[in-house]
Amino acid sequence: MEFNYHIEGGDFSRAGSASSEIKKILKQLNVDSRVIKRVVVALYEAEVNVVAHAREGEMRVMIGVDVIEATIADKGPGIPDIALAMQEGYSTASPRVREMGFGAGMGLPNIKKNCDRLDIESVVNAGTTVKMTTFFTG
Amino acid sequence: MTLEEIIRHLDAEVILCQHAPEKEVKHAFAADLMSDVLRLDTNEVMLITGLAHPQVIRTAEMADISTILFVRDKTVTPGMIALARESGVTLLRCGQSMFQACGTLHAAGLQPVF
Repeated sequence: MEFNYHIEGGDFSRAGSASSEIKKILKQLNVDSRVIKRVVVALYEAEVNVVAHAREGEMRVMIGVDVIEATIADKGPGIPDIALAMQEGYSTASPRVREMGFGAGMGLPNIKKNCDRLDIESVVNAGTTVKMTTFFTG
Repeated sequence: MTLEEIIRHLDAEVILCQHAPEKEVKHAFAADLMSDVLRLDTNEVMLITGLAHPQVIRTAEMADISTILFVRDKTVTPGMIALARESGVTLLRCGQSMFQACGTLHAAGLQPVF
């Protein structure tokens, strides 16, 4: 099964709606609640990142028999130094994002914590693609 | 501690109740930083926060948090209530500061996550 969602940059009123839809689908599929939490926390962090930093993005989620593969590709400023961005505490978030309880430089490390495989590709002034894989078996 | 005991200890207002008053709440976590909340591994946690924003409800939904307590009489908007209803999250509000609310509930037996 494949699901696709558009994410609008800067639209914080809708941030999390795509991840919420995926959570509902995984619950309907009777996926283990611990796996659901890992998947949706990682998706939500990535979705918030797109809203906070990019102009727009697309979330594609493929649900297989024992694996979930999600790709979040955005058009935005890109990440000049991915290794630096993966460090806890490093953030380029705006004050507006911080006022909403994000932007503490914990998003990408938390995505890594909550998936089994994480690949990030980024081109400065073009965009970032985050691919995350989570196996149902943990 | 049950939901109704939490409400009684703080004289809290029930903004949206989606669980039985006898629902057991074992742990609480206090934060205004949603990134911290998203790192919790514990389920069945009540979130105590002074941050009133729709993303608090979304964060609770993703982190399997079923109850949010807003401190200092924060304004909870109709949009937040609608989102909480959709997500099955109970919303409480009290007038105390975060420190006071945490102290009262901890003294009454509510446990921290860690």
